[in-house]
Amino acid sequence: MKITDIFLTASSNLFRSKLRTSLTIIAIFVGAFTLTITNGIGSGISGYINQQLGNLGAKNVLIVQPNISTMGSTSSAPQKYNPAKKVTAGGFGGLNSVSLTQTDIDKIRAHPGITQVVPELSVAADYIQSATSDKYQVTVSPNIRGTSLDLAAGADVSDTSSAYQLVLPDSYVSSLGFSSAQTAIGQTVTIGITNALGQQSRQAATVVGVQQNGIIGGGGITSNNAFTQHLYNIQTEGLPLATRGRYQILEATFNPDLSAAQLNTLKQNLKDQGYTAETVQDRIGTFKTVISGIIDVLDAFAVIALLAASFGIINTLLMSVQERTKEIGLMKSMGMGSGRIFLLFSAEAVMIGFWGSLLGVLVAFGVGSLADRILSRGFLKGLPGLQIVAFPVRSIVVIMLIIMVIAFLAGTLPARRAARQNPIYALRYE
Amino acid sequence: MPELTSAIAAHDVTKTYGKGDGMFTALSHVSIEVQKGDSVAIIGKSGSGKSTLMHLLALMDKPTTGSISIGGDDSTTLAGRKLNRLRNQAFGFVFQQFFLNGNASVLENVILPLKIAGVGSRERKRRGHDVLKAVELDDKAKNKANDLSGGQKQRAVIARALINNPQIIFADEPTGNLDSATGQKVEDILFNLNKQHGITLFIVTHDEDLAARCQKQIHIKDGQVVSGSARRKVQL
Repeated sequence: MKITDIFLTASSNLFRSKLRTSLTIIAIFVGAFTLTITNGIGSGISGYINQQLGNLGAKNVLIVQPNISTMGSTSSAPQKYNPAKKVTAGGFGGLNSVSLTQTDIDKIRAHPGITQVVPELSVAADYIQSATSDKYQVTVSPNIRGTSLDLAAGADVSDTSSAYQLVLPDSYVSSLGFSSAQTAIGQTVTIGITNALGQQSRQAATVVGVQQNGIIGGGGITSNNAFTQHLYNIQTEGLPLATRGRYQILEATFNPDLSAAQLNTLKQNLKDQGYTAETVQDRIGTFKTVISGIIDVLDAFAVIALLAASFGIINTLLMSVQERTKEIGLMKSMGMGSGRIFLLFSAEAVMIGFWGSLLGVLVAFGVGSLADRILSRGFLKGLPGLQIVAFPVRSIVVIMLIIMVIAFLAGTLPARRAARQNPIYALRYE
Repeated sequence: MPELTSAIAAHDVTKTYGKGDGMFTALSHVSIEVQKGDSVAIIGKSGSGKSTLMHLLALMDKPTTGSISIGGDDSTTLAGRKLNRLRNQAFGFVFQQFFLNGNASVLENVILPLKIAGVGSRERKRRGHDVLKAVELDDKAKNKANDLSGGQKQRAVIARALINNPQIIFADEPTGNLDSATGQKVEDILFNLNKQHGITLFIVTHDEDLAARCQKQIHIKDGQVVSGSARRKVQL
């Protein structure tokens, strides 16, 4: 028998017992649907995170902090005073944190592979105001080199530009009196900042972009290098020299040609010196790991559903083999080989898998798109650009193939039974 | 396709089922020879071993001892694909139960052996209609097999047995389920095939009248050949 004939015959045999086949297909459908939805949510959310954090252009930046465990743990013995380490008051819960100084910068700079180390400056602004608006509270985040923001309009700030630039969060656009994100671009806004002597001053910068509201990015303005440095200088005016030059975070640029192993060695060496060094990917990675963990659990449920459904396939086909005992005997007596009989029944199983998974994927697609539409108008309205369910073609094809393989495996038992039928016994069977 | 000369022979064939105390001898030291173009009836009561003999000759089963030869070749040299090809192309089967797929069309049922042989669908259709014409069922080609009468069903079965131009047709109680008038018609078709196309006919039956129309009768009782009378028809 030709392969095409086998599939055509299997297909028509499949629908000889329509109700039974349909019920089995529904069981597969449930599993396929769940698997597609959970996968869709997984890729939807991680796609959103990637979009929020930009395409991470420069991948060669390490964010260096002092090791968090070096102080304040109640379970470990107190650490010896080290005059080289400076301590900053006001960490979370009364914990002081070790701050980083020029000594640390030099130490990190000395590692092979590190090309540049700059402190991440923290700036506390008092307010933001446009030419026509009231004053609003604001937080200023320095632009993290190598990242790009999820923008509603305009462009990212330029760290190489000497002009003072910033990106506004979308939520500030109307408060500052701009009619739309687009009209805000190119406008000048003013930041109020107080120096160490308590003198407040106003500093102007140009809006170059508007960031989409999102879960990452914290709703503050993002300033470019020049503006951050400028604000920082004003803020630290009048500080005693001893307290200047203390930083929480350093950004270390490393040679982009480093291999993954070399990078790990570098991180480990820094860790041994008391620093925690992470790339932006590492930081996102932690977040993604949590989400993919949740998705994996949901996937596991879908696989359990599929497992249950595969017993449905076994059952259906066993019944079918029983019913068609005589037919199998006839075909064997007419010279159909056991291998072909096996293929005939396996093909039925694979087709149950195919129809079940196709239906599951299609319905999941429909439900996902519908849910997306409803949710993006509903409680996810504040997160434009979030597509909660995404369906990459490749993963859909993979899901369908996996289900068809499971169905095939389930079909092997009945198919083997059919293939082993003795034609004489089968023809006599009542 | 293998061309068979002296159609089929069984040499001192014994067939037993089971083991030990439960052992049952279905056939004991049976030897027969069938020439090409013969029509042979195997006659015996239910349980006499006549069906077992047919299954052995049709190579659907293997003898416990003794040998079967097909066209002069020992059947033990045939196995797997080769055996399947021989059964598919040289043999045709007509069973007392029709073994038709009731929900499929008559044509679909008839072309099953061609489908198994891997013949293309256009050729299958053409040959299917030809062979249905030969048994006067061409007008029912598109009907479901379930909608046919008993006689029509058996003619469809004969058409199915004929479609591969077999050299031997094995018929197990071909008229057992039919009334005498329809049975007569089916018999006529079978003997016509034997006479006009030289197809060797091998009929298992307990019907003496049907057996009498064959050139050769082999009576089987308790697994043994009781008498073999040749050319009785000729003597009549």
